[in-house]
Amino acid sequence: MYILCTVLFVIGIYSIIAKRHIVKKIIGMVIIEYSVNLFLILVGYKAGGIAPILAKGQDVAEFASKGVDPLPQALVLTSIVIGLGTLALMAALAIRLYEKYNTFDMSEINRLRG
Amino acid sequence: MENLALGTIAAPLGSAILILIVTKWWKRFADIWATVVGGFTLVASILLIGSEPIVYRMGGWAPPWGICLVLDPLSELMLLVINLLGFFVTVYSLSYMEWYTNKPKFFALFLLMMAGMNGVVLTGDMFNLFVFLEIASLASYGLVGFGVEAEELEASFKYLILGSIASTLILFGVAIIYSVTGSVNMADISVFLKGTGNNAAVLFAAVLFLAGFATKAALVPFHAWLPDAHPSAPAPVSAMLSGVLVKALGVYAMARVFYNVIPVDPIFLKVIMVLGVISMLVGGLLAIGQWDIKRMLAYSTISQIGYIFLGLSLGTALGLVGAIFHLLNHSTYKGLLFLCSGSIEKATGSRDMREFGGLSKRMPVTSIATSIGALSISGIPPFAGFWSKLIIIIACFRAGEIVPGIIAVGVAFITISYYVKLQKYTLFGKLPDKLAKVKESPFAMSSAMIILAVLCLALGLGYPLLNSSILSPAANSLLDTTGWGYITNVLGF
Amino acid sequence: MEGMTKIVKTVARLVIGFILLYGASIVIYGHITPGGGFAGGVFISIAYVLIMLAFSKKVAMRKLSNFAASLSDNLGAFSFFIIGLLGSIFSGYFLYNFINHGTPFRLVSAGTIPLSNIAIGVKVGASLYAILVALSIYGRVLTEKEEE
Repeated sequence: MYILCTVLFVIGIYSIIAKRHIVKKIIGMVIIEYSVNLFLILVGYKAGGIAPILAKGQDVAEFASKGVDPLPQALVLTSIVIGLGTLALMAALAIRLYEKYNTFDMSEINRLRG
Repeated sequence: MENLALGTIAAPLGSAILILIVTKWWKRFADIWATVVGGFTLVASILLIGSEPIVYRMGGWAPPWGICLVLDPLSELMLLVINLLGFFVTVYSLSYMEWYTNKPKFFALFLLMMAGMNGVVLTGDMFNLFVFLEIASLASYGLVGFGVEAEELEASFKYLILGSIASTLILFGVAIIYSVTGSVNMADISVFLKGTGNNAAVLFAAVLFLAGFATKAALVPFHAWLPDAHPSAPAPVSAMLSGVLVKALGVYAMARVFYNVIPVDPIFLKVIMVLGVISMLVGGLLAIGQWDIKRMLAYSTISQIGYIFLGLSLGTALGLVGAIFHLLNHSTYKGLLFLCSGSIEKATGSRDMREFGGLSKRMPVTSIATSIGALSISGIPPFAGFWSKLIIIIACFRAGEIVPGIIAVGVAFITISYYVKLQKYTLFGKLPDKLAKVKESPFAMSSAMIILAVLCLALGLGYPLLNSSILSPAANSLLDTTGWGYITNVLGF
Repeated sequence: MEGMTKIVKTVARLVIGFILLYGASIVIYGHITPGGGFAGGVFISIAYVLIMLAFSKKVAMRKLSNFAASLSDNLGAFSFFIIGLLGSIFSGYFLYNFINHGTPFRLVSAGTIPLSNIAIGVKVGASLYAILVALSIYGRVLTEKEEE
């Protein structure tokens, strides 16, 4: 699973660097974010673990020994929300860029030089 | 005192939302309230100087488990830097942003950025650092593209992509650190790593942090976004970005992580030193060739950030004092220069230096402020920039780093040369005919520039006082924690 | 005819109420079962997006206009902030859980957490909807809606 993380990360980096289409760059960005989220979840993973929510009438000691680590899950939720904000901003910018330049090709959007 | 520290984050954060609600019915509210909040955070950060270290427990949870805010001397200094410039930029943009539509949204984003930066310098928790960093960055992406013109959007998109990659790298680093230590509290991590020493995973995380924070700070191999983003943004925003954002997000975070959290490794200091020297040199050389006034200032920022990192990487008390003092100075005079460039741009409608000339006759206040800023940044003795550069260079020689020291002296001359160019083409010489009718900028803009110019001089003359009151404690709070000061403060043992 | 076909509209009309209810229940039971403000808010916004897709944007805007969406977005965020601030006033710490915690596993328990969940639910629901509306208008509205 850790290998999958790395592969996803590399795919994301590749699509940001090598692809010229703006939307493909955005997708690459999202893939990178999710690879990191996956890594965070894996950090807290425990084989045969249960959800870290105390159910009614459950033994606390058993719960503590079997439950997976809840902290990474909370962190991932936060980072998903942040990722959502970034994604919305990126999509908005892409639309605006398309309006101004009439193209999604990043190599043609190059008025800034030097 | 504790609530004052919280207020520097909570007040801008809450009022960013409040502004969006109230201005649906009452437009002027944004101006008034943003000024009030800016003034409040400035007063709060001045009052906090010299106070005992404060640990504020969010939600009443004790540090290793809950999120905590930590106020130590370095944070006090950074709070002062952020809120000082933040307040004057707010005053300046009261009249500058009249040229743009939708001023309330600008102030909401601006306050959000302030809240994010204050949070970054106050937090004592790695993940919380990431969250505040993202709040500040997201607000700044929005602010760079605020004018929604083609160039601004392009710059904003570039900045957004590079900035998000940097944030993701930082998050990756946090995840690795968490997997090694089982904690995200900075002091707790530090205790754990002192016990076990660095292993390969921690070093990998350190590399990720280095790359991430260096992108945020625009050190040279990672600098591609800065010369696009800073000139394209509206002038108050570029003043904030250059003056504070790169420092709070890049310099402060890197210093905190490498001095206080991860036991500092000599190799990393060497890497930071090399990066600093390269960015000093490259930024300076590229700035000479620029004709766009704001782009020149942006490259100059890269060069000066290089100075700060050079001082930081020496690892000696003198070097740190120099770096921190240069950080404070750079925020005032680079903020001042960007504000001046903004008022020149508004008066003449251009940013190209070849079209200017003789503006000192038509815009006396702006030109005097520009001159003071330029003198200060190029290191002319009574001004603040001279002292901080001198300290960094002396610290270099004391630490036995002869080559970086010599390069630092050389770059100081390069700095002088391009600011002389700026002054010659912009302020002196013959006034072109089409600029014969330019007017001085409005009162709010001028007053902000005048106060910042006075501050440039005052910081230079008041160096001994500053040194004993904030600079040395701040440097010590970084160095001490290779001992136990920071940890004792946070965890209380 | 605006929107999609009659089949879609009929199914949507039946389903939307349940989606809204489900979202609301996830928000309200957020402190004792999995879920919470964010997840429930996403459901609520999806109900409105479904209206927008099935019936056309005009109908959706009549149910919840752009103005109302961004207003409730800000109000939700602000009430969350106020809850945090009240904690700071009553007990000295921001976001302190100052109401009596009650017995676990009851609906009315856990102090301020349900209240914050509701605030976040309103905020997320409204702001996700506003983002989608703003993106679909295709560039006439400023789109820096979400700065979470």
